Parts: sequence; C-alpha cells; structure tokens
Amino acid sequence: MRFYEYESRRIVERAGIPVTDYGFATTAAEAGQAAERIGGPTVIKSQVLTGGRMKAGGVRFADSPEQAEADAAEILELEIGGHVPVGVLVDPKAEIEQEYYAAVLWDGRAKRPMMLFSDMGGIDIEQVAAEHPDHVGRGHLSNLHPIADFEAKQAVARCGMTGSALNRASAVLARLARLQRDYDMTLAEINPLARLADGSFVALDAHMEMEDEAVGRHKPMLHEIGVDLDEPRELYEPSEFERNVKAIDAADHRGVIQGKDHGFHGDLGLVIGAGGGSLTLTDAVRSQGGRPANYAEIGGNPSVAKSKGLAIEVLRKDGVEKIAVMMSIVSNTRVDIVARGVIKACLELGKDPAETIAIFRIPGAWEEEGYRILDRYGVEYCDRSVSMWEAAGRAVARVQGDRTGSQ
Amino acid sequence: MSVLLHEDFTFIVQGITGREAVNLTRECLDFGSAIVGGVTPGRKGREVHGVPVFDTVEQVVEHHGSAPDGAVVTVPPAFTKDAVLEAIENGIGLIVVVTERIPRADVAQMVELANERGARIIGPNCLGVIVPGVAKMGGIGGPARDAAKAYAPGPVGVMSRSGGMTTEISSTLTAAGLGVSTAVSIGGDAIIGSTYAELMPLFDADEQTEAIVIYTEPGGRMEAELVDWRERAGSELPIVAFMAGRFMDDEEMQGMSFGHAGTIVEGKEDSATEKIARLEAAGIPVVERIDEIPAAVKQKLGAAA
Repeated sequence: MRFYEYESRRIVERAGIPVTDYGFATTAAEAGQAAERIGGPTVIKSQVLTGGRMKAGGVRFADSPEQAEADAAEILELEIGGHVPVGVLVDPKAEIEQEYYAAVLWDGRAKRPMMLFSDMGGIDIEQVAAEHPDHVGRGHLSNLHPIADFEAKQAVARCGMTGSALNRASAVLARLARLQRDYDMTLAEINPLARLADGSFVALDAHMEMEDEAVGRHKPMLHEIGVDLDEPRELYEPSEFERNVKAIDAADHRGVIQGKDHGFHGDLGLVIGAGGGSLTLTDAVRSQGGRPANYAEIGGNPSVAKSKGLAIEVLRKDGVEKIAVMMSIVSNTRVDIVARGVIKACLELGKDPAETIAIFRIPGAWEEEGYRILDRYGVEYCDRSVSMWEAAGRAVARVQGDRTGSQ
Repeated sequence: MSVLLHEDFTFIVQGITGREAVNLTRECLDFGSAIVGGVTPGRKGREVHGVPVFDTVEQVVEHHGSAPDGAVVTVPPAFTKDAVLEAIENGIGLIVVVTERIPRADVAQMVELANERGARIIGPNCLGVIVPGVAKMGGIGGPARDAAKAYAPGPVGVMSRSGGMTTEISSTLTAAGLGVSTAVSIGGDAIIGSTYAELMPLFDADEQTEAIVIYTEPGGRMEAELVDWRERAGSELPIVAFMAGRFMDDEEMQGMSFGHAGTIVEGKEDSATEKIARLEAAGIPVVERIDEIPAAVKQKLGAAA
C-alpha cells in the first residue's frame, strides 16, 4: 500500500521522528490559512501517488499566505500523470545546514531488513552508492531480536559521521527501523533528512510503503492517520475491464480470476492461468507475433459462472474476436468446468464457440469430460502432448488468418 | 537417491482438517507418503483418511515416539507463523509452507528461527516436494494418478518459483524420456525459505541428479545468488533455465506485479533481460520455449558424458 506524502509525514511523526510544522489542505483557502499559521515563506506540494511532481509544476514556493492560496488553487486543479491531487501539503521553507538520507528496506537475499544511511541526502541514493560508496552506511537487522540503538549508530558511523550529528541522526534511524518492523513497511525512507541551523534533525520528505498482505493488522494506525481503506491506490486508474473482473471474482468465493489490461493493446483475448502459466503463455503469444488484449489468471478451481464471467469480459473488449483458453497442467482446477464456462460465454454473447475459441489447451483434472464438451461444440483443443508454446502459436495463427482473410 | 524426501520419510500436516488439507492428505497417502499425524487445535481425536488428529505438534511427537521428519503447513495466513515456529521448536527438520499471502516479516522470522535451529523451510506459497516413485509432500502434481503421469523417476532435478509450472516442466521431461530425481516448488514470494542457491548443495551431492532445470521469473535477486554460489562452490552440475514473464520488461509494466507476489520489476537488475544475460554469462542456457528444455538438458548431459 502506497501512502501520500502527508500520510507518510503523519506516520513518521507518530514514530517520534521530528517533522516540520506542516499543514495538509484540501482547498486553497485552507492552504492559505496553513501558510498564515506557519508564518514566513512556504512550499506548496501536490499530493499525488506518482513521481515527477516538481517537473509537472506540482511544487511551488510562496512568500505570503495569499501567494500560498493562489498556488494551492492552481496545484489542486493540476493533474499529474493522470492523477488528480487529493490535496496539498504546506511546508515551511526550512533553513537547512545539510541534507541526509535514511531508509530501512528489505534485503531479499539476506532475508532481513537493511538500514541505509548517507550524509549525502536529497539526491538519488543509488547514484550516491555507485559514486561515493564510502558515504553510505548499511546495517542488517535481525527479524527475531529487539532492535538495539547501537545498530543504528553503527550504520550511521559507517558513512563517516561523528559528533552530535552522529547521535541525533542515529536516534532518527533507530526509530525508523522500529517503525519499519512495527508496521510491515516494505520501504521506510526519509529523503531528505535535514540538519537545521540549531543542530536539530527533521524529516523534510518521507516515503512509506506498507506490504499489502499486512494492511489488515494495521487498521487502527491507518484509521488514526485518516487513511480510507476502500480507496484504490493503484499505480494507475483501473480500467472498466479490470474493475469488472474484480467484481466477478469477489461475487463468488470459489476459485480466483484476475484480469489486467493496462499496457495491453492487442486483439487476442487471453483466458489463461495460473501464476507461472499465465506469464509463460503471455510470452509465448507475443514471441510468435500475437498481440494479447489482456493478461489473466485463473486458479483454484473457479465455478462455471466465474470462468464464464472472465471470458465474457475479455470478449467484450474492443477489437477482440477470438480468445485463447490455455493453462499449464492443472491438478486443482477442473478442465470441464472451465470448458463449460467459456462455451457459455460465447453462447451468451451470440458467438459460435468453434469460431471464437482459437484454442483450448488445459490438460489435467477431468480433462476427458472437458474434451467431450469441447467436441460437442467443435472447439479446437489439445492435450499435454502439445506444448504451451505450440498451443499459443496455433491461437496466433488463427487470429492472423482472420486478419488476412478480412483484408 | 533423491533430495529432501526418501523411502522412510515421515511427516505431519498442520491444519489437516481444512478442505485443501484433506485433499492433500489423500493425494500424498495414495502416492505412498507416510503421514504420521495431523494437527488442528481443538480437533484432537478425529481422523482424516485414517491419520490421527492432535491439538499440538508436541502431542504428535509423543504419539509417534520421536519428531517426524517433516511438516506440511496449510493454515490461514494469520496463523502460519505460529504453526511454523511450533514445528521448528518441536524438532521438525523440513517444513513445507503452502499458505500464500503471508506478510514478509512473518516469513523472515520463521526463516531466521529455522536457520538457528538447523531446520529448512520450503515456500511459502508453494506446492511442495515430490520424489517420483517414492513420496510427495504437498499438493504438487495433484492426485496420485495424475502425479505419476507427469513425474517419472529420472536424472533431472527441478526447482520452480511456480507450482503449476513445476508439473508442466516435469511432464515435458517425462515425455522426453528423461524423468525427474526430485522436483521442488520453491514458492513465488519475495522472501522464501529455500532459494535455488540454498537447495543446490543437496542436488550437487545427490548421485541420481545429473542436471537441473529451473523455472524463473522477473523480480528478486535469486538468479544472481545462484550464479555466485556456482562459482564459489565450483559446481559443475549442468543447469538449464526457463524464464517466464519477459513481457514485463516493457516500460508500461514497471512497478506492476504479475503472477506471484515476488514477481515485480523494481530495478534494472530484477528484469528478465538482465537475469537472462547474467545466467547465460555463467554458462546456464536460458531457453525461450518450454518444449526446448529436454533437448537443452540432453545436450548438457551429452557434453558432461
């Protein structure tokens, strides 16, 4: 789960990490009032779940509350990468002595969280790590033992820091490490972390991501910071196809269907599964010149209605005349049930299954029953002796045959 | 021989009274596996296909006379960590975690405790382990009759991030007359108990295994770890790889997850292109078509002989 900057700011603040005297506003008037309260020059930042705000004009500097209000009015109207801002963050323009970088994230290879700290903050940490490796301190954390303060201090000291800055920065990193563990963050990052003229440290910008699987156990905290759990937080707006497939899946607990069409622009509908099989088949279609109209996953023995629902949604997509129904060998999902579902989908849409289903290749449990049904409707199918690659190739050839035939 | 499982291997099923677990128990028994007990808290005294059910792992150990060799864990995500810790602390050495959607921190805790106690975890989000003709531990391959059809005994070890593709690949090897020594569905999550590199020493030491096939996907650094291990260990066991999800390299797919939780391209190193280049540079051919796998294995075996 991704967070808006103002939510990340609240999460960091709750964890005892100092932040600026910021304000969150959903109207221009509120933004003006926040700037008035803060006093002095402010920064107005668009609250969107996407990068590139600065370039898009979503960050402005205001000298007065009036200016802040005017800037906020414009930013609130400005779409960035297709996202409408949910509000603006009003921040005092801080007098910064130095910028640092602090983060805690998963190291999949070590299977442990890793702390990262640098005294070269504000810029891309990967660039710092490549060009100035001695300015990046790292430290792995145990998953079982309590997080000790000295571990954070070691990581900060490893980038060459000393003096009171070392002690103050270590306290921030230790709190960030506990926050990452306590709230199942896949990324807990403060960049920049700033040292002000009086020697104190404040988080100027924070970026938090919570693991989706763990959201359920952090509802009290999410509620406290005002997160609406029903609001979608995708990288992009879900399409009608994606919303419909999701609704069909949710309506019935038997089996799972998923569908995505973001980034797919082709004419061959895919009714495919399961996890790895779908990846393999999508590649096989594309590598043989096919153009998938979507990505899909069938798994866990869905009902006839669910299989039918997925096939209907795929067939209703613009430009899709044919679907390929394919999976790797199944042991849990029943072949006959999927066969029944996709044939029903064709019939309900007034289409001929034999013409519409370019290929059916699902070997495994109850396959004989499945093949009998497919035979009855004259649908082309194959068993496990035909590879996934070959089956995908046949589907592509049939769609291409249509294309040349209609020219 | 084989790896992980053997003729006399005994195991338990935690969460045995669940719908999926009941099926899995039937399938494993039919395949010849020795399931010596099941655990579902509060259901002591029942039986599932003749397997006695207990409230705790401790009670099964007492009933059996010693700690069984393994445990299959198939309980809801919120209870999985506890079930795995219970298995480890009761002396069980091999734990197959079937459950999916477990938070990463829970997985990391189980794995760290397993390492401290000398236990091994396979999964989570996996279908388990199968030794053709001997035993299977988990839903891998499905009902015994189907599993026997796809998995014939042979010289090839299979490791796969996808459960379904473990069977598809093994079936291809079986159809080509090669067969499988041991197949492991290692799980599709970002953090798993046993990676390719962590299982390789077992296959490397196994007399039956003459080649390895891995199924892999974008996301994570497991392939780099495999390449590093191979160099460090000086292993000459031939490996053939199949990479699915090449389409995810498209710019429009950045940051999107497909298929498995761990399958997401977050940086350049995670991408299919980068992984293929890394594997091939290390002498591990990456085939594009599933049906090219047997020929690639035979070529490697021919070169080794």
